[in-house]
Amino acid sequence: MTTISAAPRRAGSGAGPGDPPDRTRRGLRRVRPTQWAALAFAAPLLTYLVVFYAFPLYRNIELSVHDYNVRAFVQGNAEFVGLDIFRDVVGSGTFPVAVRNTAIFVVVSLVFQYALGLALAVFFRTSFRLSAVLRGMFLVPWLLPLIVSASTWSWMLNGDNGIVNSVLGAFGIGQINWLTDPSLAIWSVTIANIWLGIPFNLVILYSGLQNIPGDVYEAASLDGANAWQQFWRVTFPLLRPVSAITLLLGFIYTLKVVDVIWVMTTGGPANASTTLAVWSYREAFGTGQPAFSPAAAVGNVLILVALVIGLVYVQVQRRQEKAA
Amino acid sequence: MSTLTPARPRPAARVAGPRRTWWKTALGLLFTAVMLFPVYWMVNVSLTQTRDLRRDPPSVLPLNPTFEGYEAVFRQQLPNLGTSLVLGLGCVALTLVIAAPAGYAIALLRLRGRGPLNFLLLVAQMIPAVVMAMGFYAIYVRLGLLNTLPGLIVADSTVAVPFAVLLFSAFMSGIPREMIQAATIDGAGVWRVFRSIVLPMSRNSVLTVSLFAFLWAWSDFIFASTLNRNGNFLPITLGIYNYIGNNTTQWNAIMATAVVASIPAAVLLVVAQRYVAAGVTAGAVKD
Repeated sequence: MTTISAAPRRAGSGAGPGDPPDRTRRGLRRVRPTQWAALAFAAPLLTYLVVFYAFPLYRNIELSVHDYNVRAFVQGNAEFVGLDIFRDVVGSGTFPVAVRNTAIFVVVSLVFQYALGLALAVFFRTSFRLSAVLRGMFLVPWLLPLIVSASTWSWMLNGDNGIVNSVLGAFGIGQINWLTDPSLAIWSVTIANIWLGIPFNLVILYSGLQNIPGDVYEAASLDGANAWQQFWRVTFPLLRPVSAITLLLGFIYTLKVVDVIWVMTTGGPANASTTLAVWSYREAFGTGQPAFSPAAAVGNVLILVALVIGLVYVQVQRRQEKAA
Repeated sequence: MSTLTPARPRPAARVAGPRRTWWKTALGLLFTAVMLFPVYWMVNVSLTQTRDLRRDPPSVLPLNPTFEGYEAVFRQQLPNLGTSLVLGLGCVALTLVIAAPAGYAIALLRLRGRGPLNFLLLVAQMIPAVVMAMGFYAIYVRLGLLNTLPGLIVADSTVAVPFAVLLFSAFMSGIPREMIQAATIDGAGVWRVFRSIVLPMSRNSVLTVSLFAFLWAWSDFIFASTLNRNGNFLPITLGIYNYIGNNTTQWNAIMATAVVASIPAAVLLVVAQRYVAAGVTAGAVKD
């Protein structure tokens, strides 16, 4: 059972918080005949996972260890080349650029999304007039189709006619080519992505804050702690488990972003805003000449990273459950 | 850490009187306005005359609105909106049919191996869509499922299914065991318990799952642009994308399409805000 859940649906849970594992085991022995029923109910999911997850992933790995061109792709007789493709990918000039861009995109996005999300969550912690409505409005960026937000941002950041430049122009700042300047493109897509991620951080951190009981704050203010001290000595430490989960999930979501960057810059100019995920997408689908093998190899690198983060995530959760 | 247990009601005294918090309301309005500026700008540009699009400085208010952009949407994008609707509903149906029974099996029938299965579902959510798209592409090429709606519905559902199973099993494990035992004593079988007790009680989870499955399918770009780019039925996201590629001068039409494509999100936010919040938290904080 999770301990940091904020969802009200748990409130009516019949099982006690510390539902001991031995009770579970005893229950299992008692209901053994229903294992067939359980299997029957889970069968659609298990089939689904094999056919629509395991198989595509297997195909993906297979693509990355064969030398596929378009003809071999249809006929299925590509030559087995082992890890050659991985070596080519890592050795190519795009690789360091893509890794650097991915690092900028992910780290800068996470830092700002988290900081702004947390600040807003603290701001919304105690209710005030209209607070629920305004908090709801903050969800909008997260709910819009990514392509909608991305195209809006690319028009706002347009060098010649964008609103951002005309506002900056009013302060005497000359034209900035947000999306076409190679040294700026990655930062521009990062800005858009920060905006997209704030709602997610706000919602989770807000629900984490709601689970910190009010009397902790009352005790702190009785002890003479001001708002700043309360934040650093009470809120921030007590929020650490929720923060860890938020950042881990944010990392994974940001790592696999393609659409935002693709719509705004297609990873360009040249490779200036190409991340690993965008690189993979472009190799496979972005040009007239699909190169599935390198694309799959880059994709597998991404899966590996996601798997490591997934293990960390489970580890963090387990530690939190033990501590609770 | 023990302070993080759920359902500890906050004392009513924490809600300060309106007089002390009016500045917070003002500040909150300001923050919201800044945050939603891009959305406003999208609407503003969608109403701007084509000849005013390149004006410098751009007009901040649509004082001289035009509906050219929207006329273009209704001339050209209606079939695409229909396609997206079908995609979204198909994805909801498929996700519910697979995930609800699975949640029941995991939470209440104590399926063996549910621990590893939960971990798999967690990792499944982390696989980049672009990787899945390549795998599906390789499979669909052979099966002739490229550029078909059923193929795209299946691919879109892979985003929603793991999330849905985890959400269902988390909720269903909170259903009081006594209710199920009582029904069993009255002679109800496993299926009857599922249909008459578990499903009705999980109504809120069904709504949350449906909402997210619909929104994700509606918003999907990666699968649509890879598995369905030459299809006869294009979803609205591809409609926008092709628009951007074809006529970069008609930004009012592009933004009008974007506004129309945002309608479901807006409707769902108004109608079902608490399910949205529940879903976001459940996606992050689960067993």
